[in-house]
Amino acid sequence: MKIGIPRALAYYAYYPFVNTFFEKLGLEVVVSDPTSKEIMDAGVEDAVADACVPIKLFHGHVRNLLGRVDYVFVPRLVSVNREATFCPKFLGLPDMVACSITNLNNMLEVRIDIGKRKRELFLTCLRVGRKFRKGFFTAYNAYLKALMSLKNYTHQFLQGGIPPLGVLTQKKSADIKLGVVGYPYMLYDPYLSLDLIKKLIGMGTYVITPEMVPEKVKQKYAGKLKKTLFWTFSNSVLRTAFHFLETGCVDGIIHVTAFGCGPDFIVDKIMELEARDRNIPYLTIALDEHTGQEGLNTRLEAFVDMLRRKRKVKEAAML
Amino acid sequence: MRKVSFPYVGNATITFQKLMKALGNDVVLPKRPTEETLSLGTKYAPEFACLPFKIVLGTYIEALEAGADTLVSTGGVGPCRAGLYTTLHEKILKSLGYEFEMITLEPPGRHLRDLVASIKKLVNRKLSIADYFRLGRFVWKELQLLDKAEKLSHKIRPLEVKKGETTRTYKKCAELIAKAQNYRDLVEIEREIELLYEKIEKKDVDPIKIGIVGEIYVVIEPAANLEIEEMLGDLGVYAERSMFLASYTFYNAVMDLFRMPGERDVKKLAAPYFKEMCGGHGRESVGNAILFAKRGFDGVIQLSPFTCIPEIVAKSILPKVCAEYDIGFLPVTLDEQTGKEGLRTRVEAFVDLLAAKRKKRKGDVVYGTLPGY
Ligand code: SF4
Ligand code: SF4
Repeated sequence: MKIGIPRALAYYAYYPFVNTFFEKLGLEVVVSDPTSKEIMDAGVEDAVADACVPIKLFHGHVRNLLGRVDYVFVPRLVSVNREATFCPKFLGLPDMVACSITNLNNMLEVRIDIGKRKRELFLTCLRVGRKFRKGFFTAYNAYLKALMSLKNYTHQFLQGGIPPLGVLTQKKSADIKLGVVGYPYMLYDPYLSLDLIKKLIGMGTYVITPEMVPEKVKQKYAGKLKKTLFWTFSNSVLRTAFHFLETGCVDGIIHVTAFGCGPDFIVDKIMELEARDRNIPYLTIALDEHTGQEGLNTRLEAFVDMLRRKRKVKEAAML
Repeated sequence: MRKVSFPYVGNATITFQKLMKALGNDVVLPKRPTEETLSLGTKYAPEFACLPFKIVLGTYIEALEAGADTLVSTGGVGPCRAGLYTTLHEKILKSLGYEFEMITLEPPGRHLRDLVASIKKLVNRKLSIADYFRLGRFVWKELQLLDKAEKLSHKIRPLEVKKGETTRTYKKCAELIAKAQNYRDLVEIEREIELLYEKIEKKDVDPIKIGIVGEIYVVIEPAANLEIEEMLGDLGVYAERSMFLASYTFYNAVMDLFRMPGERDVKKLAAPYFKEMCGGHGRESVGNAILFAKRGFDGVIQLSPFTCIPEIVAKSILPKVCAEYDIGFLPVTLDEQTGKEGLRTRVEAFVDLLAAKRKKRKGDVVYGTLPGY
């Protein structure tokens, strides 16, 4: 039995868990191909015109899997913790996909609403296992292995690596530290982000993303806004930004967002205003299917150069 | 005395003004949003903010310029970003240098204590329980009447013989309601409204029927939807919208308090296509579209602000639903660039299509959906 996993959206945040789980259940896991122009075009064709790129890409990746797997895994992510849910498009994802892709008849829709109680995650796993006629112990074992794998993934991030991009470590001695915030599926899809992170590392900077900041640290900034945001990934981005701003541990912040992203218009503006208050350079990069390499490179280079200059001035003043 | 202002909400603005005054506040009456309002909002709001956000921001700026020192807004909880509206509005306005207090009225269900605290700030006069009761009854009745006058106007406009008569009558009704001082006035006005509408000369035809669904603000605020209902009425179409202010206020406040899922059957209808409640009014859009189809409407128009998340989800589901129920579908996306003329052309084409379809009804030709943009 082959199960297809679209390489899009929540994939980048949770793939070690999902992949390991299905493998250990004894299924053959087929991940859709890395994003390419074809996948992008397919997605643009299928999805509603004013959807954001990540959603379009998800459609494309589902198309990519059609015909070569028995099931296509489409998660309906509702919550993973008590305080927040996900962007409405995550909540309606299976409905959108079912209506937009006409010949999709083997969708494995899994509702993931595990925020309320700790054992919900396991129960969900058990349910999925049962669908494939796997016993309790097989499912339990798969669940444990999946957890381990996710833990390992998180750990790699905390060590300064970026596993989905194949970055194992970064040079600690880099002169410029850059906070790069954005949703995992924006940052870690090299096609969509035009390899932005590797480019920055190539320019000799040390990149810190939200996944590289421990959950505990982020929690400290939870009370920063009168109301907590409603979306898990947005919370993570915003709290990371607050951590950067309050501790001053980075020289500048780059926010990578999608054109027309609903939640981000709020997130981006709040970060911009806060950064301005504290005089920390802030750059927003909005991506869509038309964003070109050239323009992006120039903007990144200009930003990093500016940070370097600023740093020099500061160092000179300290001497 | 506090100088209070709040977002513009159609004719109900007057009702809220009366309410605020009765509670002992000075009111800076928000103006009907104009192009200028929108361009003010667009200038200071983030580029991808949804249209309602921009309009409300623009209204706030105008109110602050006119001397308001307190802004009242309704919060809203849920996966849609509406809940964070206020936080960001406040931040933007403060960064522009305005000084004011923002009072957010959260729906009572989850934040009852906050709500009480906020309301306390707005009550600046001693009122007895009976006063509150009288006030509540008055406001509620007035909201209902406003909705009623509007509903009638939509029903009658496509049938009018003299063009523009309904619109004039409606304006008159709104003025009458605005003048009302107490409950008794309202009861009288209600009868008068009915009479006024009855007097309009009507044709005997069966107009094309179109249901309007979508995000609440752009559905109920004509200034935000380029007066699409009037446009439809002038084309001889009976347009009915799925949401009205009074029912909305009611659902928000009362249903939430008792944790009753409002509009239950609408949600049930949508359930096979839209399995998760996802904030905003996406799910209601789908459910109401089905409801319209079942009631024999010819078409559905979905109004959504550009980048509105729940409506984008709905939009990808609606074409399929409308095809299944054999009802025409026209998605309309609204942003600051949407022009009235362009919209009229699309709406006209849609109406023509529906009329043609009606003729062919027996021929069973299914081509309901216009490709949207
Ligand atoms: S958070 Fe933004 S980018 Fe992500 S799915 Fe929602 S609208 Fe799209
Ligand atoms: S429902 Fe749509 S228009 Fe309303 S606040 Fe949410 S995103 Fe904006």
